[in-house]
Amino acid sequence: MLSVQDLNITFTLYDRGLAQKQLTVITQLDLDVKAGEVVAVVGASGSGKSLLAHAILGILPDNAQVSGKMLFKGEPLTLNRCQDLRGKAIALIPQSIGYLDPLMQVGQQVQRTAQLSGLSRPAAKAAVDRTFARYRLAAIVQRLYPFQLSGGMARRVLVSTAVVSQAELVIADEPTPGLHPDVVTETLNHLRELASEGKGVILITHDIEAALQIADRVAVFYAGTTVEIAHAQDFSNNKIRHPYTQALWRSLPQNEFIPISGSQPTPEALPDGCLFSDRCPWVTQECQLERPPFLQVRGAPVRCIHADR
Amino acid sequence: MATSFLPRRPAIRFNRRQITLLSIALCTLFLVAIVFSNRFMGDAGLDPALTQRNQPPSLTHLFGTDWLGRDMLTRSLHGMSLSVRVGLLAASFSAIIGTGLGLMAGTLGGKVDAVITWIIDVFFSLPHLVLLIMISFAIGGGTKGVIIAVALTHWTSLARIIRAETLQVNSSDYVQLSYKLGRSPFWIARHHMLPHMIPQLLVGLILLFPHAILHEAALSFIGIGLSPHTPAIGIILAESMRNLSTGYWWVGVLPGLLLLLAVQAFDTLGENVRALIDPKTSQG
Amino acid sequence: MLIGKQLAFRYPHHNWIVRNFDIAIAPSEVVGLFGPSGFGKTTLSKLLAGYLTPTQGQVTIDNSPLSDRGYCPVQMIFQNPELAVNPRWRIHKILAEKQSPDRFLLDALAIHPSWLDRYPHELSGGELQRVAVARVLNPATRYLIADEMTAMLDANTQALIWHRVLDYVRSHNIGLLVISHDAALIKRVCNRAINLMQVGTSR
Repeated sequence: MLSVQDLNITFTLYDRGLAQKQLTVITQLDLDVKAGEVVAVVGASGSGKSLLAHAILGILPDNAQVSGKMLFKGEPLTLNRCQDLRGKAIALIPQSIGYLDPLMQVGQQVQRTAQLSGLSRPAAKAAVDRTFARYRLAAIVQRLYPFQLSGGMARRVLVSTAVVSQAELVIADEPTPGLHPDVVTETLNHLRELASEGKGVILITHDIEAALQIADRVAVFYAGTTVEIAHAQDFSNNKIRHPYTQALWRSLPQNEFIPISGSQPTPEALPDGCLFSDRCPWVTQECQLERPPFLQVRGAPVRCIHADR
Repeated sequence: MATSFLPRRPAIRFNRRQITLLSIALCTLFLVAIVFSNRFMGDAGLDPALTQRNQPPSLTHLFGTDWLGRDMLTRSLHGMSLSVRVGLLAASFSAIIGTGLGLMAGTLGGKVDAVITWIIDVFFSLPHLVLLIMISFAIGGGTKGVIIAVALTHWTSLARIIRAETLQVNSSDYVQLSYKLGRSPFWIARHHMLPHMIPQLLVGLILLFPHAILHEAALSFIGIGLSPHTPAIGIILAESMRNLSTGYWWVGVLPGLLLLLAVQAFDTLGENVRALIDPKTSQG
Repeated sequence: MLIGKQLAFRYPHHNWIVRNFDIAIAPSEVVGLFGPSGFGKTTLSKLLAGYLTPTQGQVTIDNSPLSDRGYCPVQMIFQNPELAVNPRWRIHKILAEKQSPDRFLLDALAIHPSWLDRYPHELSGGELQRVAVARVLNPATRYLIADEMTAMLDANTQALIWHRVLDYVRSHNIGLLVISHDAALIKRVCNRAINLMQVGTSR
C-alpha cells in the first residue's frame, strides 16, 4: 500500500547571520506497509520517526528538500497528491488532544473531519454516531469540549477522527506515552482492529513493548535511517539482526536493562560509514568505509554487514 | 522506476533571511527619510505662491500645488515627519504604560491583577475614537492633546499581551523550577522573564506606530488635533475635502498615499522583526 | 527522612485531588509509586517537592518543615524536559542555574561538550532530559522525585539515565521517589513500591 524507498530529507538552515547550511536529517530511510498490516516505527527521539510521518502527509516545512521514492498504492506520492489524500485516504491519529480545537465540541470536530474527507453532512453525522458507539463513547460525549475528556476517552476520540475519514492508511504518532497500561492496551487494540479491517497502520512510538503488542513488523530507525525491518516475533525468538535493535531490546527493564553508552550522532556530524559505527560492539574497519546497503538476513532486511553472524 | 517521484520542492533560490533583513532595512530607511525630510526640503514650499495655484503634478511640483500655490510634496513630507514623531512619542508612552501594567498584573496577581484587568476591559469596551476625541478635547487639543490621548488609549492591547505572557512564563515548569533551585524573584524576572518580553515589546511598539499615526491624522482631520497652521497630514487631508469635488484630486490622493505607505512601512517592519525574532519562523 | 504526613490537596472550590496520604522516604531508599491516571500522582510529587502547598498535612525533612526559600533539598525531574528548560537559554546556562556540574557527571550522563553552546530545541528529548537530570544532581539535593522521568524516551536512553541516577543516588545517600506507569521499570529500580489503588488516597 505504502512504499518508501531511499528517502532523504535535507533542511536548509540559517547558521550565524546570513550564512546557510544544509543539514541532512533523514538518509536512506525505507519503509513499506501492506493493507491489513500494523508496522511499528521505533527509535529514539531525533531518529526521524515524526519527519517520516510529515513527509507522507506532505506537511514538511518549506525549508526541507526531499529526494527518494514514495509510492502510495503504486502511484508516486507527490506533494499535490499528499495534499489530496491527506485526511481522506491517509489519516493521522494525533499525539494528544492538544491537536484538537479547544473551543469546539468533539462531536462537531470529528464530523467536520468526516465531511472534509468527502462524506455528505448526514452521512458524516451517521458516521460519527456509528464510530462513537463503536468506541463506547456515549452520545453525550459528542457535546463535550476536549478539556472535559478523561485520558482514555480522549484516546478514543482521537482514534475516531481517523476512523470516520474512511482512510486506507492510518498513521498513529506516539499514541501511548504517559498513559496507564490499560489505556495503552485499549488504544493499541483499536489500531489492531483497524488493520483487521484491511487498513494499513503505521504506529510511530519509542516504546518497543507497546509496538510488539500489536505490530506485524517493526521498523527500527536510528539517526534518520532504517537499520532493520524485523518481524515482531523476531524479538522474543532472539532473531533480531541489527546490533542497535539488539541493544534496544536488551535495555528494556524486563530484560537486562543494560544501555549502550554514547548517543545518536547529530546531523552535523554523521559518520561516513555505518551511522551506528561509533557505538557498535561489532565495528570493523569495513563498517567505516560506506553506508551499508539493505541486506536480507534471516528473512528480513537489515543495514549491517555483520548481521548474519 | 529510476526517477524520483517525491514531493520535491525547488531548491530555495532566495535566502529568506536576506529578504527579511532587506525589508527591515528599506522600511527603516523610508521612515527615517520621512522624519528628516523637512530638514532637507526646507520651508520654501510652505509659502503661498499665488501665481502657481492649483497646478497638477509636474516635475517641478511632484505632488502639485494647492489653492494657495504651496508645494504639496513639501507640505505632505512636513506633515508626515510631524506625524511620525508624534506617533513615536505617543506609541512609546503607550508601550511603557502597557508594559508596566502588564508586568504588574502578571507578577503581583490577585487584587492588582483584577483591577488592571478591569481597567483594560473598560478601555476595550469604549469606542476607541470616541475616547480619543474626549481625552484630546479635555486636554485642549494641540500636539500635547494628541500625544496624551493616543498614549492613554493604545496601551491596552500590549498590556494584555504582556500580562498573558508573564502569567504563562511564571507558571511554566522552568520558572517554577528556578524558584526551587533557590533563585530570587528578582533574579528570575531579570533572567527568565525579561528576555522573553523584550521581543514582544519591540514588535508591540513598532505595530503601535501605525495606529498612533492614523489616529493623530484622524484627530487633526476633524479639527481637534494639531492646529490648522501646522502642516499635519490630517489637516492636509481635511483641506483636500473641499477640492476633491472640483477636480483637484492630487491635493488629497497623493498625501493620502504617502500616509498609507508610511503606515504600511511600519506594519511590514513590525511583521518582519517579529518573523526574525520568533525562533519558530526565523528558520522559514 | 522525607515525610509527607496526612497530605491533602485541592484547589479552592474544587474536589480533593489528594487526601489523607502518608509517605516516608529514607535517604538512599528508592520508592516506586504507581496508580491509574487521575489519582493525583503528579500533585503528590509537587506537594513533596514544595511546588504546591498542601491544603492539609505537612511535608518535613528530618522533622523540620520544607522551606519555600532558597534551594529546595527535594528536587523534581519532569516528564517533558522541553518544558523544564528556558527555550532562550543555551545548555551551559541551563546546567549552571544552581551550580555547574563537574566534568565527571557530564561524562557519566554522556552529555557531549559540543551541546553546551546549543539551544534546547537543537537537542533531542533524550539529550535534553539528561541535561535536566544533571542540573539537579548536586550536593544540595537530598531527595529526588522522578515523575515519569523517562516515559517519553527510548529504551536505551531510559536505561542509561536510570543507571546514572541510581549510581548517583546510592553514592550520595539520596532518597528517590519513582513515579511511573511502567511496572517492569518500577520492579527493576525500586526497593519497594506503593500502589495508590490500595492506600487511603482518593480523588
